[in-house]
Amino acid sequence: MDIAAAREIGAGIAVIALAGVGIGLGNIFSTLVSSIARNPAARPHVFGLGMLGFALTEAVALFALLIAFLILFV
Amino acid sequence: MASGSSIDVLGQFELHPVLGGLGEAIRLSQSPVYMVIACALVLAFLFYGMKPAAVVPGRLQAAAEICYEFVRNLAVDTIGPEGTTFFPFIFALFFFILAGNYLGLIPHSFTFTSHIAVTFALAIMVFVISIIVSLKVQGFKFFAHFMPAGAPVALAPLLVPIEILSFLSRPVSLSIRLFANMVAGHVMFDIFASFVIMLAGLGFIGDVLAVGPIVINIALIGLELLVGVLQAYVFAILTCIYLREAVAH
Repeated sequence: MDIAAAREIGAGIAVIALAGVGIGLGNIFSTLVSSIARNPAARPHVFGLGMLGFALTEAVALFALLIAFLILFV
Repeated sequence: MASGSSIDVLGQFELHPVLGGLGEAIRLSQSPVYMVIACALVLAFLFYGMKPAAVVPGRLQAAAEICYEFVRNLAVDTIGPEGTTFFPFIFALFFFILAGNYLGLIPHSFTFTSHIAVTFALAIMVFVISIIVSLKVQGFKFFAHFMPAGAPVALAPLLVPIEILSFLSRPVSLSIRLFANMVAGHVMFDIFASFVIMLAGLGFIGDVLAVGPIVINIALIGLELLVGVLQAYVFAILTCIYLREAVAH
């Protein structure tokens, strides 16, 4: 197959990693919501950590996107 | 041509000389111009915010004080009492990245944090500062970090390279996180905007359908406002965490 088609297939395969990231983000926010539901006074404490966890997990998604872009355009 | 798609999403990140002849003479591109604008904005915000110096602050002074307190609490809560030493650095880092991210949302402007060169420079600066502070505070005990306490010594040949690798991956992950977030956001803007143009070429039904991508772009602007501040916050708090490990005795 020609290189352009192989590039597109490779980029498509690279974003399968986002499935794991989706599960991870769902985990973070489900725990965040249930911990605030159990103890609403804890909200200022856990919210910052929740946002940090979200951003760090999102970073993994963007590593996958970066690889997809590298395959597609470089 | 790469990929064969007809939407040019990465062209918006190319650098061109600005300011006509002067820019071409000294090779000035958009990136340093927007960096200067970002610094000037932050400095003007602080200067004019604190100028009244009233005991009961007006709105601008209250905003400046909230920003100062937010970063100060971040630094001191995360690093501990030595956080006051690093607070100006964390403040500058947070607001430089925040201003950079937000300036990029103005139409026809440029996001200087969307270049890996800029974010890697910031991340390497954080990394080198954390190493220098570690060596200064802990001396050569700093290398004891790579052997986690409580792990069996037999595992050391496996654990120590992994720990070293994870330590060396800090600037890489720090820079790529910020850069990829910014690139992804702006690429999505470009894609949906291109959809609008492509749909509008399809006649009347296309004109009606083209409202969809416009609405999505509006929602994406909201998302990018959130992502801009979140990425600046994450960069700052990770810097504080690395510095906390550096000053720990």
